[in-house]
Amino acid sequence: MSEEGHHPAPVSPIERRVAALEALLTERGLVPDGFIDEITRRYESEIGPMNGAKVVARAWADPAYRERLLTAGTAAIAELGFGGAEGEHMVVVENTPAIHNVIVCTLCSCYPWPVLGLPPAWYKDPPYRARMVREPRTVLAEMGCELPGDSEIRVWDSSAEVRYLVLPERPSGTDGLTERELAGLVTRDSMIGVARL
Amino acid sequence: MDGIHDLGGMQGFGAVGHSPAESAFPHRWQAVSRALMIVVSGAVEASGGEFRHSIERMEPGHYLTSSYYEHWLTAAATLAVEHGLVTLADLEERAGGRFPLSGPVLAPAIVDAGPDVGEPRFGIGDRVQVREWHPPGHTRCPQYVRGKAGLVVRVDGIHSVPDVEAHSTTRRYEATYSVRFDATDLWRDGQRGVAVHVDLWDSYLE
Repeated sequence: MSEEGHHPAPVSPIERRVAALEALLTERGLVPDGFIDEITRRYESEIGPMNGAKVVARAWADPAYRERLLTAGTAAIAELGFGGAEGEHMVVVENTPAIHNVIVCTLCSCYPWPVLGLPPAWYKDPPYRARMVREPRTVLAEMGCELPGDSEIRVWDSSAEVRYLVLPERPSGTDGLTERELAGLVTRDSMIGVARL
Repeated sequence: MDGIHDLGGMQGFGAVGHSPAESAFPHRWQAVSRALMIVVSGAVEASGGEFRHSIERMEPGHYLTSSYYEHWLTAAATLAVEHGLVTLADLEERAGGRFPLSGPVLAPAIVDAGPDVGEPRFGIGDRVQVREWHPPGHTRCPQYVRGKAGLVVRVDGIHSVPDVEAHSTTRRYEATYSVRFDATDLWRDGQRGVAVHVDLWDSYLE
């Protein structure tokens, strides 16, 4: 404990370990100036589910785009300017009244960064990864995603190079909305497949 | 390796701790961990396979009781020590305490990666059987599909085999497939109307 006063809360062990590695790598000239701030800025303001929402809204508004999105996902997503690491091989899977898709990565935390950003903590934690491939109907119900009892559930385990995006069903009563307004309806969870709109 | 990371189908974990939205880095150390992993991976030229395997080698208790970015920090430090960028003694001195690293690589280094499989052996609609095997190193073949039969629903092109790139500077390229398994074929208590799709490299299949 510091007795010099004005120090923030005691630094936790993990913060001390991070600071130790950061200091040693910085002393060796390996951490470029501003690199950590750049990482933070990119993932907090540029890359996130607002990108995927634009893709979904375009697919709802434009049948020809929807077709391209479902047959050649990476190229169709690139049309809107999104791509790059963890989005090089995109497959988009479409929900229908009878089929519900949901994505998971049981081995680590693979996730389509360019369209959804970084995965939420629960997506990376053991309960979701362990259970979604074994009892998806139960897990979805627990998460508040109600499905008709006879609907088919398709789980996609992102175990190789493909990253998945779920194309949710367009909500009814949205005929008059602009593409921008439609994008505002699309949630991160609906594009993972743990919620319906 | 049959490691703690291979979680698919394990029981007893309880409810998903869902949150509807969260910032990318609730704490600054998480962003720093992410950045340091990128720095270390670049400096030691780690492949995706080597990076993932450095997390998979974490002590199981530590893995389960630590968060995602603690995994990244542990893996970054492990690779930095293994490749001679820093020493464990330096890390522990700076941290003012213990600095747990991942365990050693259990698989031998791969010298000869073997021939590429440029042409897919299977096509959409083919029934395939996953090898029942337990490789000591990195693999992206989850345990829960080993020995199981499924249907090819997509052929995804030719990709570097992670089992090779994690343990070698050479590479082998193979076709990958998305294989659909009926949940009742995977689990004794599999839920009806559920299909689980797993993406698998050619050499994972019989």
